[in-house]
Amino acid sequence: MSSLQKLLGIGVAVAIAGVLIGFYITGFLMSGPTAFRPPVSGSGASKTVDLTIQTDAAGGPTLTANPSWVSYFVRDENKQWHHSTIWTLPAHTRVNVTIYQFDGDSGLRNPFMAKVRGTLGNTMTVNGKTMNVLNPDDASHTFAVPAMGLIVPLEGVADNAKNQCGFGPCALSTAHQTITFSFVTPGKGRYRWQCFVPCAAGFLDGFGGPMQTLGYMDGFLDVT
Amino acid sequence: MRRLGHGGRIAVIWLLSTTVGMVLVAIFLAPILPPGNGSKQASGQQFDNEVLLLVSVAITAMIVVYFGYTLIVFRERDTKATVDGPSIRGNAGIQTTWVVGTTIVVLFLAAFGTYELLGGAGGGQGANPVFVPSASAAVLQPNHKPLQVQVIGQQWQFTFRYPSEGGFESASFVLPVNQEVELHVTSLDVIHSFWVPALGLKADANPGVDNVAYITPKKVGPVQIHCAELCGLFHGYMFDTGHVVSQSAFKAWAASQRQFVSPITKDLPKYDTHYLPDPPFRAG
Repeated sequence: MSSLQKLLGIGVAVAIAGVLIGFYITGFLMSGPTAFRPPVSGSGASKTVDLTIQTDAAGGPTLTANPSWVSYFVRDENKQWHHSTIWTLPAHTRVNVTIYQFDGDSGLRNPFMAKVRGTLGNTMTVNGKTMNVLNPDDASHTFAVPAMGLIVPLEGVADNAKNQCGFGPCALSTAHQTITFSFVTPGKGRYRWQCFVPCAAGFLDGFGGPMQTLGYMDGFLDVT
Repeated sequence: MRRLGHGGRIAVIWLLSTTVGMVLVAIFLAPILPPGNGSKQASGQQFDNEVLLLVSVAITAMIVVYFGYTLIVFRERDTKATVDGPSIRGNAGIQTTWVVGTTIVVLFLAAFGTYELLGGAGGGQGANPVFVPSASAAVLQPNHKPLQVQVIGQQWQFTFRYPSEGGFESASFVLPVNQEVELHVTSLDVIHSFWVPALGLKADANPGVDNVAYITPKKVGPVQIHCAELCGLFHGYMFDTGHVVSQSAFKAWAASQRQFVSPITKDLPKYDTHYLPDPPFRAG
């Protein structure tokens, strides 16, 4: 084999290795929780999104890698629950949110977060009752998008409630609160959402684990 | 007339280049130095940066002139020569000049920096601030009172409490222009840092600590807020836009906010410069 052939062989091998490394790095950078696209109904100006989610004290082994962690889930049009907290929403569109809240109350660290803001009418309904504020001690979690000025406190299930859910995704036959509200998405962009209650049971002061890991108590609204 | 020696020539060239450099910097660079003129404190910081830059110009000019002069005047003209020049030892004049010169520069910067800091620089001063502008202002105006605003850091948003406006809390940072503001910066969870670059304001937000900072906004307009302390998953998203508005607009905003959040204001803890949740921890 001549020197030229050797050199050519080495060059080709290096190029192939470079391409493979490039694919690996790109794949690594692009990987992460997959985005979920909630069902959209209507079209044009009357288009709306129905976002149905639930919060559980423990995500359970079926859908989460950390079964004991508190977690959000999102539901598709076939009423199947998914473990995703990155949701793709169309811009300038009304989003009707239904949250089934299965966790017990732990109270808000900052009572100010008990005031509903940023929803249509700055109100929510809890089990059908319209409210604009919650007793801070009754809150279990919050659904908040700070960049949109949106915050909704989520009432917890009473400690003595019967038939409480053990692991998520929880069935609607178990004890829960139903919270509904609507908001209008802003222009295109990525907006993070989060829970403001340090609710990571088992972690120092409730700040670790699911509070610091994307896919549990926080995520993104990808407005497109 | 006696001809100047090498030292004299270097001094003259340095003086000329420093003068030209300082004039150019003062005209073109100084006005655009950060953090700008958004507040009295920001203006003070900009002045500090100008002074430091001018001192740097003089020092840089000295280095460049000395090296340039040496390379040109003392170069080996015989391109075939390969020997080193004679070593120089114990030049008392150069050593004295170096020690005295650098000592003066360092002492000046230390004194200047200390004086500027003692004058209130827009930074957090802890619970017992050394500089209290209202103390000196109160001598001239007995009714002088700064606007008190509490800044509360929480993973991952700052909220603001206005005790003199009814004690309401808001997610919006709004300040009146030309009004001295006394900020009490604290945190409900981990360490944050409240940073408003355009106002020259930066104060750590520590749980259980009342960190006091003073600011007097000078310009109406939006100001960017950032957390400057790595504080968890969404630290990078812990930013917001605040607003400096006219005195009348501030009053109107405060009135509307007071009404909007009135359902929750009664549930807030009594205003205190030490804001800690009760119970201290909710979960975990």
